[in-house]
Amino acid sequence: MSYANWKAQKKRSAGFLWQDIKRNKTCYGFLAPYAIIFFTFYVIPVCVSIYLSFTYYNVLQPARFLGLNNYINLLLADDIFLTAVKNTFLIAAITGPIGYIMAFLFAWLIHELPRGIRAFAVLIFYAPTISGQVYVMWALIFSGDALGYANAWLTKLGVIDTPVLWLTNPEYMMGVVLLVTLWLSLGAGFLSFVAGLNTIPSDQYEAGYVDGIKNRWQELWYITLPNMKSMLMFGAVMAITQTFNTADVTMSLCGFPSTDYAARTVVTHLIDYGSYRFEMGYASAIATVLFLSMFLCNKFIQKALARLGT
Amino acid sequence: MKKIKAGRQPNRSVGGDVGVAIVLILFGCFFAFPLVFAINNSIKPLNELFVFPPKLFVKNPTSDNFSDLFLLMSKSGVVTFSRYVFNSLFITIVGTAGHIMVASMAAYVLAKYRFPGSRLFFNMVTIALMFSGYVLAIPNYLIMAKLGWVDTYLAIIIPAFAMPMGLFLMKQFMESSIPDVLIEAAKIDGAKEGLIFFKIVMPLVKPATLTLMIFSIQALWNNVATTYIYSEEKKTLPFALKTVAAGGVARTGVSAATTVFVMIVPLVTFIFSQSNIVETMASSGIKE
Repeated sequence: MSYANWKAQKKRSAGFLWQDIKRNKTCYGFLAPYAIIFFTFYVIPVCVSIYLSFTYYNVLQPARFLGLNNYINLLLADDIFLTAVKNTFLIAAITGPIGYIMAFLFAWLIHELPRGIRAFAVLIFYAPTISGQVYVMWALIFSGDALGYANAWLTKLGVIDTPVLWLTNPEYMMGVVLLVTLWLSLGAGFLSFVAGLNTIPSDQYEAGYVDGIKNRWQELWYITLPNMKSMLMFGAVMAITQTFNTADVTMSLCGFPSTDYAARTVVTHLIDYGSYRFEMGYASAIATVLFLSMFLCNKFIQKALARLGT
Repeated sequence: MKKIKAGRQPNRSVGGDVGVAIVLILFGCFFAFPLVFAINNSIKPLNELFVFPPKLFVKNPTSDNFSDLFLLMSKSGVVTFSRYVFNSLFITIVGTAGHIMVASMAAYVLAKYRFPGSRLFFNMVTIALMFSGYVLAIPNYLIMAKLGWVDTYLAIIIPAFAMPMGLFLMKQFMESSIPDVLIEAAKIDGAKEGLIFFKIVMPLVKPATLTLMIFSIQALWNNVATTYIYSEEKKTLPFALKTVAAGGVARTGVSAATTVFVMIVPLVTFIFSQSNIVETMASSGIKE
């Protein structure tokens, strides 16, 4: 049944709504197992967390209601939070779009390869994400002493004569973080593009040849992209959540806390308050602000993607 | 319609193909680099790990780091090594199977039907996806305690069934790659929803299911599970390995071996699923 129909019916009376629910009881049956688990372990915790953001809560004593105080402190009085927002925004604005475009571009180029070597190519490009912890290797590469690979090679080439403190000097930290985040950006979105390219019906491409599509770029724009809309949407949301949630990379590379908080992100700020200072109310306020900014960003991208291929 | 020759597509230039190959090889090196690095480090003898200037490739490969790792693991006390492996395998297999089933069923009705509350529900899932997991840990712990699930595998497995990312992925794929006419045709032929789901919908989204399997196995296999599990005999492999690897500079080789060892399961499932992803023919044979 179409949405417009349903809307019109809903206006007419609540009795129709009940009939509608009854008619769709198979749908609710299919949804039920997911819905029950989802409400218990995702919806309720999110609601509790949003409530806690208006309180002072240190886990041991009962929560004390504070009104908007957490938010006021966070936005007006917390200087480190400003650094964190600046860094997170930098990471999201640079690695988000570049990583997203790279993910699609490489998935598409790999799809152009003969089938036999595709699986191998996907493996190479997905290698950074396949084991959660390989990025720790970058800490050895950018280690600050002369034994670090980057320092040793640059010294050998004569570019530098003293080792660079890649991960402790605020000047270089964010550069390294950006590089490693970009390296990690072919994740969930990339794999969904790889899978999505396989679901485009081949008769559409055949019809394209007949209709005179001349090269791979025209084919990309007129056939591939419009067919990939829902995967592109998925990839975009994953890119947003991944970049806005950057924390593990900065923590394991630059230390926690990093020198002068130079590599602090919103989520490391949150972990600091939540797991070390036990100010869960404040941490929840950070989470809520972070979530709201992701939500707005998501709405904006949804609008942009709706125009694709038109 | 003219039959398209297998192999070369007619509208591709040779120059373009060479360009694609060059771009892929260049970037491939960048993405594969730390993997190569990790594998090489794990088979380097101690003197090569600390040589100056550092070398990327190993000269005299050795399996010492791995044998040290197994020796340390077998000495570590109360619980045998195989127990940790079993725990992690159990969580991963049950969690992944349940997740694919539960999320696909929900995704199917959300993608293909409009019923009161369906849009609202889907919006809630995307919202949950964006909410930082760190602050949810404490409310979640309280819920687990109420249910009496603390220190049981249920606390890890059941929430994994409803990971928002899985539903989102499946819903997007079902929306775009299952033609409505196919479902309607099956209904006219008298097929029940359950039959349609298993016999028509699931085979058509096989690439998505295989992809979801990778995500789920990665998440569950790497689960350190220290929040809800405190009995030693229920702890997971990544946790056990982490304690061994965190032994400082002397364990550099062992910790490289650990990284490689943990990678095996995701790597094998990845290769399996990627080589099984082939084009599905969702709309062939249908004339609208």
